[in-house]
Amino acid sequence: MEPGEIHALLGENGAGKSTLMNVLYGLYQPDEGEILVDGKPLKLKGPSDAIAAGIGMVHQHFMLVPVFTVAENVMLGAEQVKGGIAGFLDRRRARREVAEVSERYNLRVDPDGVIEDLPVGIQQRVEIVKALTRDVDLLILDEPTAVLTPQETEELLTVMRSLKAAGKSIVFITHKLGEVKAIADRITVIRRGKTVGTASPTASRDELAALMVGRSVRLTVDKQPATPGRPVLEVAGLVVDDDRQIRAVDGVDLTVHAGEVLGVAGVQGNGQTELIEAIMGLRPTLAGTVTLDGQPVHGWPTKKVLRAGVGYVPEDRSVDGLVKEFSVAENLVLDIYDRPPFGRGLALKPDAIAKSARERIEQFDVRTSSANAEVGTLSGGNQQKVIVARELSRPLKLFIAAQPTRGVDVGSIEFIHSQVIRERDVGTAVMVVSSELDEVIGLADRIAVMYRGRIIGIVGPDTPREEIGLLMAGITPDTADARATPATATDGPAGEPGGTAAPAPEGPGNEDEA
Amino acid sequence: MSNPNPVSGSPDKEPATESQAAQNAVGNTDRAATTATAPKRPEEQPRPSLGRLFLDNLWAANTVTVTVLALVLAMVIGAILIIVSDPEVLATYSYITARPGDAINASWTVVSEAYANLFKGAVFDPQASGFTATLSPISETLTYTAPLVFTGLAVALAFRGGLFNIGAQGQATIGVILAAVAGFALPLPPVLHLLVALIAGAAGGALWGFVPGILKARTGAHEVIITIMLNYVAVYFLSWIIVQNGVQNPTRSDAISKPVETSAQLPRLLGDNLRVHAGILLAVLATWAIAWLLTRSTIGFELRAVGANPDAARTAGISVTRAYVLIMVISGLLAGLGGANMVLGSTANALTPQVVAQIGFDGILVALLGRLKPWGVLLAALLFGALQAGGNRMQSYSGISLELVTVLQALIVIFIAAPALVKAIFQLRAARAARLQTSLAKGW
Repeated sequence: MEPGEIHALLGENGAGKSTLMNVLYGLYQPDEGEILVDGKPLKLKGPSDAIAAGIGMVHQHFMLVPVFTVAENVMLGAEQVKGGIAGFLDRRRARREVAEVSERYNLRVDPDGVIEDLPVGIQQRVEIVKALTRDVDLLILDEPTAVLTPQETEELLTVMRSLKAAGKSIVFITHKLGEVKAIADRITVIRRGKTVGTASPTASRDELAALMVGRSVRLTVDKQPATPGRPVLEVAGLVVDDDRQIRAVDGVDLTVHAGEVLGVAGVQGNGQTELIEAIMGLRPTLAGTVTLDGQPVHGWPTKKVLRAGVGYVPEDRSVDGLVKEFSVAENLVLDIYDRPPFGRGLALKPDAIAKSARERIEQFDVRTSSANAEVGTLSGGNQQKVIVARELSRPLKLFIAAQPTRGVDVGSIEFIHSQVIRERDVGTAVMVVSSELDEVIGLADRIAVMYRGRIIGIVGPDTPREEIGLLMAGITPDTADARATPATATDGPAGEPGGTAAPAPEGPGNEDEA
Repeated sequence: MSNPNPVSGSPDKEPATESQAAQNAVGNTDRAATTATAPKRPEEQPRPSLGRLFLDNLWAANTVTVTVLALVLAMVIGAILIIVSDPEVLATYSYITARPGDAINASWTVVSEAYANLFKGAVFDPQASGFTATLSPISETLTYTAPLVFTGLAVALAFRGGLFNIGAQGQATIGVILAAVAGFALPLPPVLHLLVALIAGAAGGALWGFVPGILKARTGAHEVIITIMLNYVAVYFLSWIIVQNGVQNPTRSDAISKPVETSAQLPRLLGDNLRVHAGILLAVLATWAIAWLLTRSTIGFELRAVGANPDAARTAGISVTRAYVLIMVISGLLAGLGGANMVLGSTANALTPQVVAQIGFDGILVALLGRLKPWGVLLAALLFGALQAGGNRMQSYSGISLELVTVLQALIVIFIAAPALVKAIFQLRAARAARLQTSLAKGW
C-alpha cells in the first residue's frame, strides 16, 4: 500500500478477504507470515494496537450501538473525560470532533442523531467518521457498498476520493466490479485464500470476473422476449404505513402479468419493502386492493398468501429468510413443512424432507457439506440459493424477489438470475425489487420506478439508464426537460444535485436525503 | 495433534461457530453428536487413529465432558464446605503443621462419610438387606425426580421457543391446587378420578401459562415479568384457598386442606412401603412426548423456528403469536402436571403452603443442566432427585445440613452455565470455539 492510494481487494464470498483484513486490524492472529507497516514488522495483539499503528476499519456489519447518538458512538472506546477523577464524559468535545471531521472530509452527519433512526448509508458514514477521528492513515472498508443504494454508493465513492486526496490510503474490499473499476488505483484478486492476480482498473469486467471466479462468467442475463399473458397480480390504490406509522406506500397501482418480469427500481426506502410486505400479508394494508388471479388477497395471513401460489424471497435473508440454527434441509421446507409430503397432521416426515433436500441441493447447486449442515455455516450466495430453491420448488403463480442478489458473489448471481428467468418462461408472474439498477434493467421486461411511496413511472427495459436514474430521483421527463440540466444527464442517478430540490410529488419526507 | 474444531476465520463465518456452539448447547441429547460433527468439517487434517480421535474428543470441550467435570468441581467445593463447617475437623487444622495426618484423616473421614451417605441414600446401600431396604434409595430418588422432570421440561420447552418461563413455580402451584381440589371434592370411581385430577392439574398450569403467553403475543409484554408476578399471585392464592371453608381440613386448625381421596392418588409401583409412584412413568412418557413434539412434529418445527428466528418464521407464514401462546400453554400444562405430582403422589396428600416446594425454580436449573433437550432434562432431574434423596440420608446419618445439597446443585449449575471456567480449570482444548454455549435463550 502506498499513501494516497485506493487498493481494491476483489474476491468471491468466502475467498478470505475479510479474514485477511481482520488479521490486519488485529482481530485475528496470523498463523504465519508478518505484516509490515512503514517497512517495520508489526505485531498486533488487538484492534487498539492497529488503531495506534494508524489502521482503521469499517466493518461489513456495523459496529455501532443502536441506541447511542452519533457522537457517543464516535467517542466509544476513546472516551474523553473531564472533571478529573469524577470522569464525566466530555460529550461536547465529542460532538465538536464529529463536526470537525465531517466538515473536513465533507461527510455530513448529525452528531445528535440516534443511530437506530439513521439509514444505513448514514450509519456507514458514522463508521467512517469514527475511524477518521482516530487519526488513521490506512482505512479498511469491508464490503462498504453491499448495503448501500446507488446514490449512497456514489456518495461513498466521492468520500473515498476526497480521503485519497487528503493522503489517506484505503483498502476497499468488494465483489462489485463496477465500483472497483470506478475508483481503484490497484486491484488485487483473491481466490480461496491466495492472491491470484493483480490487475489495473483498465482491465475489462469480464477479465476481472474470470479472475475472481476462476472461470469465465456471463455478466449479462440471457433471455428471450417475454410473452405476457393474463394479469396475475393487480395492486390498486394501495396505502401502507411503515413501522413508525409513517406513510410508506401512498396509492400504488401495479399489474404483473403471467410470463413477464416486472422490475421495481428505486432508491431504498421509497416504499418498495413495505409494498411487497403488504402484498405478502406481513404488513396491514390501510386502503386499496391486492388481487391475485382475480381473487382479493389483501388482509390474508401470510400463510394463506403463500399457499395461494406466491413465492417470496425476502430482502434480508439473514433476518427474514432463514433460520440460521436450522439445517439446510429444514430451511428448505420452512414454509411448506406442514404440507404433504413433508408433514401430515401433527407429524413431520423427516425422510421426505431429507429426500427433497438432496434433490434441491443438487438442482440449485447449493454448496454445502451436507443437508444437515446448519444454514449459518454456508456462504451468503449459497444461503440465498437455499431461499430461492425453497420458493421455486413449488408451483407458483407469482414470484416476488426482493434484492435477490444482495451480498451474493458473481457466480451465484448468474445462477439466481437464470433461475428467475426460467420461472418467468414457465409462465409465472415475476416481480423483482432491487436497488441495483443493473439488475433491474437486466432482468425486467417492464420497469416500475418507485419514489416516495408512489410509482412515478413505468418504462421499458431499453430506456436509457439516465432516464431511469432521474425517475429514481423523483424527476419525471417533463420536469427534467424543463430544467434541462446537462450535468445530471451524464452522471446517472447518483450525485444528482437537483434531486432534493426538484419538484416532487406530495409525500412523506425521504430520510435518504438527510 | 489435530484440532477437530478449527476456529474459523472471517467475521462472515463467526455466526457459524456461534450457532454451532449454540447447537451444541441446545441441539441434541445424544452424546455422539458433538463429537460426530467435528470430523465432518471439510478442512480436516489426515485422519488420526480411531483411539486417538476418541481420546481427543473425550478431552475436547464437549457438553458431556463439561457436565461431568462441573459435577466433579461441585463435589470438590462441597467437600471443602463440609470440612469447614465441621468444628471438630477444623480444630485439627489448628495444629496441622505439627501433625498434618490428623487433619487429613479427619477431613477424609468426614467427607467420605458424607458422600457415602449421599450415595447410599440415593442409589444403593450395600449394608441394606431385604427387598424394601435395598430398593428404598432408588425409590426415594425417583419420587423426587418425577415432578422435576415435568417442570424441567416446561422450562426447556419454553426456552426452545425463545421464551424464558420463570413461572413454572406459579403454574405448578395452580396445578397442585386444582389437582387437590379435584382429588377431594369430586366423588368419582378410582381410575377416572385420578385421570380427572391429573387433567385438572394440567389445565390449571395451562391456564397460568396462557395468561403470559397471550399477553406476550398480543401486547408484547415481557414473559419474564408477567410470570414472576403470576408466581406471587399463585402462591398467595394457595395460602388463601387452603383456609377456606370446604377446602380446609375440618379436623385441623393449621393451614392444611382435606386429604386427596385414595381413588385419585397415583398408584405406588413397588408396594406400600416404598414411595415410588406412577408419576415417574408419566414423567418418562412426557419426556418422550416432548422429544417427539420438538423434533418430529409440525408444532415443534414452528416452535423451534419461532424460538430461533421469529422474523423468518413470520415471513414463512408461521403465526408467531399463535406459537407464543401455544408454547406457554404447553409449558404451563407440564408444570401443572408437575404440581399435580406433588399432591397426588406420595410426597403429600393435602395442600399446605409448602406443598409444591421449589419444583418450579428447580425446574429452571434442571432445564439448563439438561441442555434444554428432553432426555437431557430427564437425566438432570434424575441427578437432582438423587441429590435430594441422598441429602436426606446425609443429614440424618452424617449430621450435614440438607442445605449443602442445595449448594451442590447451585454449584453444578454455575459450572455448567460458565463452561469457560470449567475448561480453563481443566485446560480443555477448543475452549474458544465453544465459549458461546451459554447463550441459551435469545435476549437473555
